[in-house]
Amino acid sequence: MPSEKQQEYKDNSIKENEEIYPNPELNENVDELTEDLDALLDEIDEILEEDSEEFVENYIQRGGQ
Amino acid sequence: MHRRIYGLETEYGIICTPDKNRGKKLTVQNVVMYLFREIISGRMYPDVFLENGARFYQDIGCHPEYATPECDDVIDLVAHDKAGERIVTRLATTAERRMKADGFRGKISIFKNNLDTVGNTYGCHENYLMEREKVSFRQLASQLIPFFVTRQIYTGAGKVKRSDQGFYEISQRAQHIREEISIATTTARGIINTRDEPHADREKYRRLHVIVGDSNMSEYSTLLKVGITGIILRMIEDHFINEHFALRNSVQAIHEISEDINCKRLIELDNGKRLSAIELQWRYFECAKRYLEQAESDPTTDEVMKRWEYVMTQLEQDPMQLDRELDWVIKRKCIETYVKHRSLKWDSAEVKRIDLEYHNIRQDLGVFYKAEKRGLIERILDDSHIRKAMHSPPENTRAKFRGRFIKLVNNGKVLCGVNWSYIQLYEPYQKLYLSTDPLKPEFEEASRMIYSI
Repeated sequence: MPSEKQQEYKDNSIKENEEIYPNPELNENVDELTEDLDALLDEIDEILEEDSEEFVENYIQRGGQ
Repeated sequence: MHRRIYGLETEYGIICTPDKNRGKKLTVQNVVMYLFREIISGRMYPDVFLENGARFYQDIGCHPEYATPECDDVIDLVAHDKAGERIVTRLATTAERRMKADGFRGKISIFKNNLDTVGNTYGCHENYLMEREKVSFRQLASQLIPFFVTRQIYTGAGKVKRSDQGFYEISQRAQHIREEISIATTTARGIINTRDEPHADREKYRRLHVIVGDSNMSEYSTLLKVGITGIILRMIEDHFINEHFALRNSVQAIHEISEDINCKRLIELDNGKRLSAIELQWRYFECAKRYLEQAESDPTTDEVMKRWEYVMTQLEQDPMQLDRELDWVIKRKCIETYVKHRSLKWDSAEVKRIDLEYHNIRQDLGVFYKAEKRGLIERILDDSHIRKAMHSPPENTRAKFRGRFIKLVNNGKVLCGVNWSYIQLYEPYQKLYLSTDPLKPEFEEASRMIYSI
């Protein structure tokens, strides 16, 4: 019995691991946005008007604690 | 009522982006100097105490660091943590003006996160004052490790990863944890850090210095992080936890849990059982509920318990339902929605930028604050509480006394040297005030104390 139990856990974990990295790019259904969320996306657009690539590359800190 | 001292230290990331064509580049070090210039007014080192009892200083790696004053209530602590963001924001605005006057036109971005682009990390440290004699360090560490490994499912701040590595994970800090127990804070960081500087009577108190957690934007996440840890500590001090949750490999477990945004990954206990982080946290919750049936509670503890139960129930159904409460879920929701509606790739620089800008503490710039302004975030505090915390120390701890002195200093009434546990008044008063108990609002005058021994 104990070995069967162990087996069951193992199977579970394999199943979980397969589903662990859902690909968010594959999810095709684009939901309707609420007005607030839609407005938030517009504000993010504004932030991203600057060159994000350069910004991200330049964001280097020294390690802290 | 049970009282404890709580404190949070936050190391901020900082960068200055020069205006197109007109701005000259400034190094991080130079920007940090501008940030401190207003506040240190003539002093040698960028290290000051403020009138709300907090300390603001330049830490290892050139990070501006804000340490809250000693708080004895977790909601008050959340307010003081937020007050720190506002104070640093105000300093950034002044710094930009001074830079402009010196010919450096640019925008300062300050991030309350734990990672830069190339994988350097900086921390958010929690501090808990504990009575030393109640529990041995060994026992404390062994009961805390499984809790710290699994609490990230509600304290994590979220991190974008390369798409071939799984797109997104729960914690910013988890992959930088390499040991179970360690004294190091800049290299082999541990789940348990052994630094123990109580800034108080060493015989009576220990300070638990926690470096394993993420920095949080969400008031909700901060409340849970510190509030629940406080309840766990009470149970450990009272020897109430009788279940053994020891994990087979804690360091591996903290990495694996962070990688699974479904929160379903099973981790192995020392006794061979396998449980998910949710199941383990439920056990701690049930234990806390039993504990509080026989121990004293208070309104803040009741609120923490209520929200803990709510979050656990939601996590069990679908973690994505917590897109108003928990940092890692809020940020993921923002990014996921943006990616879908603007047809972007997760590997794009834009996504990495949002991953950073979520943590921008400037309320007019940061993505978290833009979402909050639109009512998309569940709050714990009133803004008035935060505004008060910017100027006033907590009422019932020694920070109150320190704050009063700093006000006198700032008004030019006295000169003094200040640290967490002493205040030295210079000419013409020549007095030394000491504190060995941070829970007491008054310091003792050293001369009186010495004579009385």
